[in-house]
Amino acid sequence: MKQCLAIIGHLGSALLLLGRSLRFTGTLLRQFPRFVEQCYLIGYTSLPIVTILLFFIGSVLALQSGYSMENFGAKQFIGTLVGLSTVRELGPVMVAILIAGRVGSAITAELASMKVYQEIDALITMNIPPERMLVLPRLAAIIVMMPVLTLIGILCGWFGGALTCQYTHSISIDSEVYFTALKQFMKNRDVADGLIKAEIFGFVIVLICCHLGLSTRGGPREIGASVTRAVVTSLIFILVLDFFVTKGLLLVP
Amino acid sequence: MSANFTASPFVGKTFGVTVEHLCKSYGESAVLHDVSFEVRPGEIYAIMGPSGSGKSVLLKQIAGLETPTSGSARIGNFDAADPATRNQVRLALVFQAGALFNSLSVYDNLALYPREHRLCDEAGIRDRVMHALHILSLEKSAGKLPAELSGGMKKRVAIARALVMEPQLLLYDEPTSELDPVMSATLSEIIATLREQTAVTSIVVTHDSNLALSIADRISILMDGRLRATGKAAEFKNHSDPVIANFLNPVIDLQNPRFKQLEQSHE
Ligand SMILES: Nc1ncnc2c1ncn2[C@@H]1O[C@H](COP(=O)(O)OP(=O)(O)O)[C@@H](O)[C@H]1O
Ligand SMILES: [Mg+2]
Repeated sequence: MKQCLAIIGHLGSALLLLGRSLRFTGTLLRQFPRFVEQCYLIGYTSLPIVTILLFFIGSVLALQSGYSMENFGAKQFIGTLVGLSTVRELGPVMVAILIAGRVGSAITAELASMKVYQEIDALITMNIPPERMLVLPRLAAIIVMMPVLTLIGILCGWFGGALTCQYTHSISIDSEVYFTALKQFMKNRDVADGLIKAEIFGFVIVLICCHLGLSTRGGPREIGASVTRAVVTSLIFILVLDFFVTKGLLLVP
Repeated sequence: MSANFTASPFVGKTFGVTVEHLCKSYGESAVLHDVSFEVRPGEIYAIMGPSGSGKSVLLKQIAGLETPTSGSARIGNFDAADPATRNQVRLALVFQAGALFNSLSVYDNLALYPREHRLCDEAGIRDRVMHALHILSLEKSAGKLPAELSGGMKKRVAIARALVMEPQLLLYDEPTSELDPVMSATLSEIIATLREQTAVTSIVVTHDSNLALSIADRISILMDGRLRATGKAAEFKNHSDPVIANFLNPVIDLQNPRFKQLEQSHE
């Protein structure tokens, strides 16, 4: 019961934080260097690991579906399966999990240490709202970078699947067949759904991580505790939101 | 936001500070009990007291970083706890531990305030920052990161950062605690000169009785969260209260050491 109240309290203050940050949207243009810096930290530095991860997820997916679809003699549809599951599900979710672990933890650690060492207090006495200088550029950067990262990840997944199909002896599906099957059942709508999901996940992760970083209290030990809490909370939110957002998107005609 | 402030250096009103029946507790533990005092505009006011007596907590209430449990702190006619007050009063707080921005160089630490509030162009900012660094003999450290500085240098950067803000109310939390004697004397001179030039109100929390007695107009002694005495600096040179006299001028007595007295009082 107490924990439920605490969770609701955190949700409320995260939303308040969002509200306070959005009030400064007008200052984004003059904070452009900060925004670019965050885009670099969030997007560019995550790129290698996103490509490698999704490449192998596509490959494994191809292997597994090759094994199971053999039974139906439906091997020529592996492309459809790999393509759709990467776009609609694995691409956005895997990129989000990566962002939670890599970027979310870094955000919480940085803001929590600023809080513990009174840098946030210093900003407040200097009448520089931390929401404007610290939260807003990060939110803007994730909005821009999340679809880009996800799209690149999805392409790598497709590509990994294609290579696996072509060069695995037991599957031996030519990549031309693979991509024809992939294209045949892929609608623009599927890509849009995937990107919308990614966008929601990324935004929620950054908001949660900023909030938990800024609400850190106590000494240096709390920084570690906050980071753990931020990553775990982000992962839970990703998986729970995944279900509801998917359900919601499927309802939209 | 910044429009309320004049961009030209050292101009503007100053504000007095009124603390009335202020109490502050964290959960069960009460730190400040019914503290009241008044700092007049343009005054240098020293708050002294043993460590742990609640001096930093008191400054946090005045700076509006925390809200008092009861009672109030006011800056001029504005409630210190109200965030809107910061748009009316330019306040600088020199934190006890410096609170420098660890990801920014010393120069950028100082330049942050004028940049964020767009007080002047980069050349003007450079002048201001270099001037502040010069006063505290820090020019050579301008490009360094806070992690590369000693404790005393961090403290000086924190003071320089406050000077760049050209504040109307300056709060120092133990500004000389990590400085060498010459730098402490320099700082006393800076605080006094600044007041002459800009009439800024300064509240100095300090253990340094030399600083307090030589530049403060008035002094308050805070002990265990209560004000024990308030008065003109001259009154404290030979104070009648033995506890205060002992605090301001602790004579080292090897015949009858203090820790022995404490041991006996426990038996
Ligand atoms: N955030 C806090 N939570 C609980 N207790 C605190 C907090 N801040 C300060 N205190 C307590 O208040 C007392 C006074 O602290 P402080 O004002 O830092 O002393 P000093 O006079 O040395 O600056 C100490 O006993 C300290 O334990
Ligand atoms: Mg203190």
